Amino acid sequence: MQPTFSSSRILLPVRPWFIFFSLCGALLLNFLPTSHWPGVPDWLALVLCFWGVREFRRIGMGWAFLFGLLMDVADATVLGQHALAYVLLAYGASNLARRILWFPLTQQGMHVFPLLMLVQLVEALAGLFAGGEFPGLGFFIGPVVAAMLWTPLTFILLLPQFQPVERDHNRPI
Amino acid sequence: MAGLDHQPPPFFKQGPAPLALLSFYLALSIALFVTDLRFHTLEWMRQSIMLVIDPAQRLMQTPVVMLADTHERFAGMQRLQDENEKLKHDQLATAPNLLRLSQLETENARLRELLGVKEREKVNGQVAEILYSARDPFSRRVVVDKGDGQGIVAGQPVIDNAGVVGQVTRVFPMSAEVTLITDKNQAVPVQVVRNGLRSVLFGLGNGQLELRYLPANADVQEGDILVTSGLDGIYLSGFPVAKVVAIERDSAYSFARIFSAPLAAVENFGEVMILNPRKALPERPPEAVSQPGEDSDKPGAPRPKKKRVPKKSGA
Repeated sequence: MQPTFSSSRILLPVRPWFIFFSLCGALLLNFLPTSHWPGVPDWLALVLCFWGVREFRRIGMGWAFLFGLLMDVADATVLGQHALAYVLLAYGASNLARRILWFPLTQQGMHVFPLLMLVQLVEALAGLFAGGEFPGLGFFIGPVVAAMLWTPLTFILLLPQFQPVERDHNRPI
Repeated sequence: MAGLDHQPPPFFKQGPAPLALLSFYLALSIALFVTDLRFHTLEWMRQSIMLVIDPAQRLMQTPVVMLADTHERFAGMQRLQDENEKLKHDQLATAPNLLRLSQLETENARLRELLGVKEREKVNGQVAEILYSARDPFSRRVVVDKGDGQGIVAGQPVIDNAGVVGQVTRVFPMSAEVTLITDKNQAVPVQVVRNGLRSVLFGLGNGQLELRYLPANADVQEGDILVTSGLDGIYLSGFPVAKVVAIERDSAYSFARIFSAPLAAVENFGEVMILNPRKALPERPPEAVSQPGEDSDKPGAPRPKKKRVPKKSGA
């Protein structure tokens, strides 16, 4: 958990199982048939980026590499294509983490956008290198949508940390 | 300020430097990438990860399947009756040919025997359902519900009711991956039905196919049907593959650019048939017959270098 300039309330520490649960949920979302549509973001990259920024001591390049391998097998691409992109994403996220969180949420989205675009670019380049076709410009709409989803995603994924552990009725905060 | 994380940042136990970790994981990914791309030795890894991934993928496909099912259920009696009518009509239309098929087959076999030509192979296969298409936007592949457990092996051709769909390229325990003929650089040996001209059909990746390496004056017309030639030992001969839709004859190039569209519903979902692998073809004859007296110093050299032999003898 990182301090931000505007946080007026104290967040609870994150539970590690929740991070893992949300990453698995994003992986499942990527398996939905909707992921063929142009403009549907890479959910796993988005959630990995979120936890990479929020909890860079817990979610680093190792987890990114592991989930990248899972995506490679699920997509039947060459092994290492997603892993490469996600490792770069995790590194970028952890490096920019201390800086990004000082901005308001919309500007955080703008900071995250180049990182997510980098993921698509690396995947496209690796795909072309492996002998694939150019996927078309629709492939690069995903990060734009993902950057716009940063604000709602922050509220959803921080929801378990907003609730107090025990409420004292005599002294409600 | 929310500086109240319950764990203080570790002061001494920080692990490897981020840059070192980054270079380690980058090297690992690139090594995996190159190994998988060039040497294809990581199939065991893919198989074991697939065991975990496959149930999840099937689970996430269920909403689509259920939607399709409900649509089917509410489709209405009228449409089903129409479809039934049409199927009966089609059956009747094909009946004259089908009824005489067995007689024609025996006749064909007898004639072939008389001519001393090898028997035609019988076609057998098993029906499979397309589960989902791979999410990868760089390639055209689908996953079907028959796998290693049902005796599927890599290389088997896949057809539907109209023509060739593709070829099994990877086999997992409960599923198999089919590369469609429209995948980039997926090649099918074909011949033109009208005149028997042989060539190879390549996928372009955008849903079209291209007939390559035919001279600019080749006898191909728009509307020509291309069928498998069976020369590769994978596809049986005579299955419809594609129909020629556009031809560009430019005298600047030595080859004509011939585009065709697949006949089968290659990019749709549905049921397909996986044909059993063909019997092995007879071995190829040795490619270059070395002249007596030549090449006696290298008897084991397998590579035919016909072009260079006369030069050497002339020099």
